[in-house]
Amino acid sequence: MTEEVILLDFWASMYGMRTRIALAEKRVKYHYREEDLWNKSSLLLQMNPVHKKIPVLIHNGKPLCESLFQLEYIDETWPEENPLLPSDPYKRARAKFWADIIDKKVNVAGRRIWTTKGEEKEEASKELIEILKTLESELGDKDYFGEETFGYVDIALIGFYSWFGVYDKYGNINIESECPKLIAWAKRCLQRESVAKALPESEKITTFISERRKKLELE
Amino acid sequence: MANKPILLDYWPSMFGMRARVALREKGVDFEYREEDFSNKSALLLQSNPVHKKIPVLVHNGKPVCESLNVVQYVDEAWPDKNPFFPSDPYGRSQARFWADFVDKKFTEAQVKIWMKKGEEQEAGKKEFIEALKILESELGDKPYFGGDSFGYVDISLITFYSWFQAYEKFGNISIEAESPKLVAWGKRCMEKESVSKSLPESEKIVGYVAEFRKNNLGSE
Repeated sequence: MTEEVILLDFWASMYGMRTRIALAEKRVKYHYREEDLWNKSSLLLQMNPVHKKIPVLIHNGKPLCESLFQLEYIDETWPEENPLLPSDPYKRARAKFWADIIDKKVNVAGRRIWTTKGEEKEEASKELIEILKTLESELGDKDYFGEETFGYVDIALIGFYSWFGVYDKYGNINIESECPKLIAWAKRCLQRESVAKALPESEKITTFISERRKKLELE
Repeated sequence: MANKPILLDYWPSMFGMRARVALREKGVDFEYREEDFSNKSALLLQSNPVHKKIPVLVHNGKPVCESLNVVQYVDEAWPDKNPFFPSDPYGRSQARFWADFVDKKFTEAQVKIWMKKGEEQEAGKKEFIEALKILESELGDKPYFGGDSFGYVDISLITFYSWFQAYEKFGNISIEAESPKLVAWGKRCMEKESVSKSLPESEKIVGYVAEFRKNNLGSE
């Protein structure tokens, strides 16, 4: 029976990038469908009626929503290649804890940097650097968050790297000088084909956000 | 000999209650430690330096934080009794999705009902009722969200049941009228010892919220 795997996604989404990377790590063939977030397809609305968000992974007609759950599903469904999560319950709990922090703190701060001005923006920049430093400290001297191997937490975070240019530009910060180890980690991840193919060029994201800001009358 | 796991918790916390239910479902003997938020214990600050929040499960000296993480950890660390998840990956993914819905939409809405007044509270009420109906529709005619057996999604939501009376009183709503099937499900879950032992009496929660509103909002 041929498996049908479809990914409803948006090219700049750091969440969609997670699922792209996971599928590539597992060498799963899939159809990529670009969604226009300002004109969502009926398929997206049908497959994710609760949140109406991408990414949505459709496997043999059944929808899976929320990127981190997609990572777990992909890991469980295609267990033979490149395990994404450790098997030890405590290590799994730690991995999920850090992925949850990334979800709660990185995007919230990051988004506020390019959508606000003045004091709010400054506060957001401070918060972003703080959380990135916390993550850098968690990484320590390891090559990857997943200890010996590239895994779940690395995948949860790496997509944001393509947005660092946006945060630097609008937040008036320099993430590389604040968190050099994290940047080194990101470049290491980019050497993996799954990551290099999933992440768009930073400049494209910066241009996209510049256009969004114009539309939102922030520029 | 393995050490008894320690649960750092706070009695009215619906998140702490999840951990209690999970441990009891697995028949795990644990030590419950009440935290005072105005004076957090050294163990709490050491175990959860990032968030400094409860619940934290300390097992064999290692801390597990965030209630849904704790529930999943308990399921994996004591796999032989009462599994919380189905065995198929799709069913497991759906369970994670719905518990996450409870954590995001349902939690955000209910907080506005008991912590806010006026317009914000009204907005919270609308969102809350909407979330209730979505959950009720997902439950359908099943005895539990987990199907025939009590599971992960049931654990994630049932703890809010102890707060229903408070939402009704301070939000001026009737949860039974809005989602009778969900209330029936709540009563069904309460028949389980793991649940009834882990949830405080509704009246105590009402008292807790009344105190909070007096101190923070100037009135009930």
